[in-house]
Amino acid sequence: MTDKIVIQNIKKSFSSGNESKAVIDGINLTIADGEFVAIVGPSGCGKSTLMKMIAGFLQPDEGSIAVDGVERKGPNSNGILISQHGSVFPWLTVQQNLMFGLNDEHGDKAAVADHYADLVGLKGFEQHYPRELSGGMLKRAEIARALAVKPEILYMDEPFSALDALMSLRIRTELLRILEEERHTVILITHDVEEAVHLANRVVVLSNRPATIQTVFDVPFAHPRKLSDPALQLLRDDILRELGIEC
Amino acid sequence: MLKLKKILPPLALITTLIAVWWIVVVKTGSVIFPTPLQVVTGAMELIKDGTLWEHISSSLMRVGLGFLLAVITAIPLGLWMGRVDGAYATLNPVFQIMRPISPIAWIPLAILWFGVGNASPIFLIFIAAVFPLIVQTAAGVHTIEPRYLNAAENFGVSRYKLYRQVVIPAVLPDLIVGMRISLGVAWLVVVAAEMIALRSGLGYMIMDSRNAGNRYDLVIAGMIIIGVIGLLLDGLMRLMEGHKSVRWRYDR
Repeated sequence: MTDKIVIQNIKKSFSSGNESKAVIDGINLTIADGEFVAIVGPSGCGKSTLMKMIAGFLQPDEGSIAVDGVERKGPNSNGILISQHGSVFPWLTVQQNLMFGLNDEHGDKAAVADHYADLVGLKGFEQHYPRELSGGMLKRAEIARALAVKPEILYMDEPFSALDALMSLRIRTELLRILEEERHTVILITHDVEEAVHLANRVVVLSNRPATIQTVFDVPFAHPRKLSDPALQLLRDDILRELGIEC
Repeated sequence: MLKLKKILPPLALITTLIAVWWIVVVKTGSVIFPTPLQVVTGAMELIKDGTLWEHISSSLMRVGLGFLLAVITAIPLGLWMGRVDGAYATLNPVFQIMRPISPIAWIPLAILWFGVGNASPIFLIFIAAVFPLIVQTAAGVHTIEPRYLNAAENFGVSRYKLYRQVVIPAVLPDLIVGMRISLGVAWLVVVAAEMIALRSGLGYMIMDSRNAGNRYDLVIAGMIIIGVIGLLLDGLMRLMEGHKSVRWRYDR
């Protein structure tokens, strides 16, 4: 597998008043093409800051981030960020939202939008406004909007944390099904270790702030994975222990 | 039924106020201050000879033109100030100084520059309406949630699409609020502006009625008509809040 994203010794601090506080303190990570990497860590450790930098919305103070060998200068549609709070435009219909990132190269925009609406289970809701949808449906719409532009990378920053456990599980399962059909490299930030071992090929555990990589776990199980699988649960407990939680 | 319940209390209050007014005028035996009946009779007189419509339409025409000019100027300027920090830093202090200057204070300059024709009141309305709308538009752009702008940046859309599908729809609810405020101020000012000069308009009608023979019935009729038209204009602006592309903001 070829390297998709190469992160080299990145550092970031924020200054408040005269004080400068380090948030990220030297992270090295290489993500292969088509890999699904989950990043977990204590709350407030700088996970979102790390994601913003990888997605190009924030520049690191030191170090470099390269995608396909080219240094990251800003965000582009090659990698779409799906954030915790969602960014489906409330003033556009589902179909208009899904068409938002499309241009003439994508062919018939409405047809592409409707295909992806169907793929995430939003068939029949194309003409609805976001306020008429539930939280789970909004998340599906956001995932569909990202997939529609055929990005090579999905950056997912706690995408399921606002959903109830059942809905989160359901959408995760659908995401895995879609990833079988369409190959994407995925980076997922989550505080839910079970979610991480359910989805990812590798789980990166970050330390407390300033964040460094504490441990990296491989998740050597084929999909579909069963959450009740004892081996999976053992791995989950190992990761939780790494995070300082005994169970 | 629900509507009736909402309308009934203010209607009862207005009826009471008119009754009190009537009783007080009759009891004090005032010869100058008119009764409600005299106000209605006076207004009917103006309706019959057609002058009332003339006054109303000149006032509305001036407000319409002044307001339109303000909208054409303020919205692009406000959007620009909202998006470009340098433009905001440069222009905002100037507008903040201009804004508290009552449009009435501009009257001498308006007469100096535009004479006593239609241009003066239109200019004054423009001055009154433009600043609140600029400020509201720029503030609207500033309050667009970064996640929406980030998403637009992420998809790498053109500048045209960014404005057409993100910035403008996102500020539209603020624009409507701004336009409501601005039109309200414009209506307030047209009457004041017309009191100074000119030969038509509701403001002129009020001053002229007093000067030409103490016709206080027409003064009060004019005041009431101004109030009612102001209410109708506001209602018209409020209709825009029901449009489906802005309901996302007002429904919450």
